[in-house]
Amino acid sequence: MSNKKKKKLTPVQQEYQKFAKEREPKRPVAVNMFRAFLVGGTICVIGQLISDFFLWNFNFTEKTVGNPTVAVLILISVILTSTGVYDHIAQWAGAGTAVPVTGFANSIASAAIEHRSEGYVLGVGGNMFKLAGSVITYGVFAAFVIALVKTTITMLGGS
Amino acid sequence: MLRGHQTWEFKSKPVIISTSVVGGPFEAQGPLAEDFDILHGDLYLGQDSYEKAEKKMLEEACENAVEKANLKKEDIQFFLSGDLLNQITSSSFTARTLSVPYIGLFGACSTSMESLALGSLLIESKAAGRVLCGAVSHNAAAEKQFRYPNEYGAQKPPTAQWTVTAAGAAIVSRKEKGPRVTSATIGRVVDMGLSDPFNMGAAMAPAAVDTITAHLRDLEITARYYDLIATGDLGKVGHNIAADLFKKHGIDVPGEIFTDCGLLIYSDDQCVFSGGSGCGCSAAVTYGHILNRMKKGEFKKVLIVATGALLSPLTYQQKESIPCIAHAVSIEYDQ
Repeated sequence: MSNKKKKKLTPVQQEYQKFAKEREPKRPVAVNMFRAFLVGGTICVIGQLISDFFLWNFNFTEKTVGNPTVAVLILISVILTSTGVYDHIAQWAGAGTAVPVTGFANSIASAAIEHRSEGYVLGVGGNMFKLAGSVITYGVFAAFVIALVKTTITMLGGS
Repeated sequence: MLRGHQTWEFKSKPVIISTSVVGGPFEAQGPLAEDFDILHGDLYLGQDSYEKAEKKMLEEACENAVEKANLKKEDIQFFLSGDLLNQITSSSFTARTLSVPYIGLFGACSTSMESLALGSLLIESKAAGRVLCGAVSHNAAAEKQFRYPNEYGAQKPPTAQWTVTAAGAAIVSRKEKGPRVTSATIGRVVDMGLSDPFNMGAAMAPAAVDTITAHLRDLEITARYYDLIATGDLGKVGHNIAADLFKKHGIDVPGEIFTDCGLLIYSDDQCVFSGGSGCGCSAAVTYGHILNRMKKGEFKKVLIVATGALLSPLTYQQKESIPCIAHAVSIEYDQ
């Protein structure tokens, strides 16, 4: 917590928060990081295998093979989400399943499943990007800023 | 009547003539499965949404409680209930089914004892002959409303809690035999500035301690007066903090009589992080497990302190801290 926020608290609140903090189990950061590394890495290995499969068996180049690979990973993720398995893997794996493309697919599929009871337009349609929306918004914005920076550098004579 | 600052002493000692508890599949795997009247294997209860399932659970609990008392719905004067969903719809929709005059309550997870305290007050003041008190929570409906979609892969910290899928209902009446509600302490809202919704135990512990302290002070008794003091849903984290807070303030609450409904309802091998939570937690454990043990003669005097975190997803996103409350109800049973 920032110091600015802490200043607003009364001494009693501050004392209690310290008291409570000493009695709370900490997030097992080291274990979580190891698991995230393991699972995230495994997902990437699976992705590599899928991509090699497409490269060897179909008419893809290294540049174009990304699309079918991602599509398959998304499909696997959505199937695992809809069968109720993904959230259990994620509790164990943490960032390992959240960061890759599978996590993004899960965030959209889970929201769509959750809000199906409110109908297809206001429910599924309106809530599908509840979690993924901010990733898209800031992803597009970040891409725009970087493109702007690159264009500026190029115009100034950089390469 | 009013004793001390915030405690009602019920001279007429309203009687809990009948209770009923309904639980979900995860609760059926827990150690208290035997104490449920109805257990469901399906989280949807055959309904097409979790919200409807929650309403169905409360309906079943209420109808079963009325049936167990050999009464008809018309014999109930008032229905006091609450839940965790927006605009307490589960309770209001149940009231529609029951068509009993209804007072909707919201005290987050403290609603179970809030309704029992107010129900007993209605009996005590002769404003009613029989009152039905209820509370319900549903794990998936609560997750959907307060956290992320159920199937979303977010990692929860060890301080998080598991919302109990359960409903509890009790009928309070006059001049009959059974467990008696002898007093109730209405809690103050306590806010220690904690704002992590994945650590509600630590946020609610001071409220529980405040209410228990007030209860003992108002009635001029010690904690040893009770055979059991059970908080609603502090979980492991909050329970330990509350026990240490009592020590710090020099209030003698022996460890062997101090427990938490959120710890009782699940076993250690069920992955529920810090413990159970939700207003169904204290309602189901009290009206099921604890009253059953009182009827067996294991406890004579118990104090149930239901704890509630009065936050909404909106206040949390606006970086507000979590105000918490606890209501205590004393139940005595002398065969």
